[in-house]
Amino acid sequence: MLTKRIIACLDVTAGRVVKGVRFVDLLDAGDPAELAHRHATAGADEIVLLDITATHEGRKTLVDTVARTAREIFVPFTVGGGVRTADDAAALFDAGADKISVNSAAIADPSLIGEVGRSFGSQAVVVAIDARRGNGGAEIAEVYVNGGRKPTGRKALDWAREAEERGAGEILLTSMDADGTRNGFDCELTAAVSSALRIPVIASGGAGNAQHFAQVFKAGCADAALAASIFHFGIADVRELKSELAVLGVPVRLPC
Amino acid sequence: MIAVIDYKAGNLTSVMKALTALGAAAQITEDPAVVRAAERVVLPGVGHFAATARLRETGIEDAARESIAAGVPFLGICVGLQWLFEGSTEASGVAGLGAMRGCCARFPDSHKVPHVGWNTIAAAGASRLLAGLPPQPFVYYTHSYRAPLVEETVGVTNYAGPFSGAVERGNLFGVQFHPEKSGDAGLQVLRNFLAVPRC
Repeated sequence: MLTKRIIACLDVTAGRVVKGVRFVDLLDAGDPAELAHRHATAGADEIVLLDITATHEGRKTLVDTVARTAREIFVPFTVGGGVRTADDAAALFDAGADKISVNSAAIADPSLIGEVGRSFGSQAVVVAIDARRGNGGAEIAEVYVNGGRKPTGRKALDWAREAEERGAGEILLTSMDADGTRNGFDCELTAAVSSALRIPVIASGGAGNAQHFAQVFKAGCADAALAASIFHFGIADVRELKSELAVLGVPVRLPC
Repeated sequence: MIAVIDYKAGNLTSVMKALTALGAAAQITEDPAVVRAAERVVLPGVGHFAATARLRETGIEDAARESIAAGVPFLGICVGLQWLFEGSTEASGVAGLGAMRGCCARFPDSHKVPHVGWNTIAAAGASRLLAGLPPQPFVYYTHSYRAPLVEETVGVTNYAGPFSGAVERGNLFGVQFHPEKSGDAGLQVLRNFLAVPRC
């Protein structure tokens, strides 16, 4: 049976993992290669590394970080943040990324999706969508770019459909409304996007406990869920999260 | 030396990394002479079946046929497994190697396509490739087309019905999943392939 994926996300800047400052935690900062290996060993189904500053000067550092991190892991490895051109993507693939995630640059030039897909296969192209709907329904959710700072006037559902048509392999959908709340994923938005598409949808934003993951897999129809700060809400590691999900009736890769 | 065939269909870094981690000396090549000289041959692939047309154009297919006939262990991964069959509806004008009967076809519209993620593979008969794995291990898939069940099927996965997750006959092996991305189970599969003697 195809299982629901738990994806561990590392936010990286200048070659170091950075984490929220509200919690005292071992992972406040750390080495990406070391942490990726630890997550993979603990049962993460995939690793995502996001360059959250994504400056031009930082690209070389990022490629080095990706190469070093990729050496340690034998599960799928996605890299995103500041991928603007097919050449940017190619450098990350060469360094060991299995998939790249594109966000703002794909909105600015949607042909980037097909361009990367033609060279590396559509399975290697994840289109990341940051969306906000406030108190409105899922259908009015709007896409934001530049790290959630700039509204685009585009509907998330329309953009997700276009991304699929252009050859995206997966959608990484972050609810800006839910992000950081720890009150649960935006199941309504996730379900709306997931049921409108044929490709897998990864839910992101709002995770607070194992119940939230179960909800987004069931009511939210998510194929995978991203755990950016999984160690910050009392769950020891991915294996513990998966054990709880198995009890809640979610098919997960266990033992892992 | 292991020849890892490059036919310009995707990223070979992960396959090379896994083989290297297992202590194998591997070389990416699109040179038929290198394939002929190799002790083992790996045909990766995450792209479109049409990309395999290049194998014929570059003379790699002839080299691969000779190697296989000479008993050199050969492993096709993903599209590399599909190429062992007669063809695929993904590119109806492009013939596969035809070493195994049948054609690959797209998953039905009833399910999300591609089939992405970790799924179980069940052993179907004795297999050298899947030896030493736990029962029903999880392996990582990402594909839109699948190979039918054939007499060479040694591992079966279910997604919108059963398909060939692993095939083997003599020195010819294929896996639809990505052993280089399937954690310890995947590394064990590659280790098994590296241990297969030339026949």
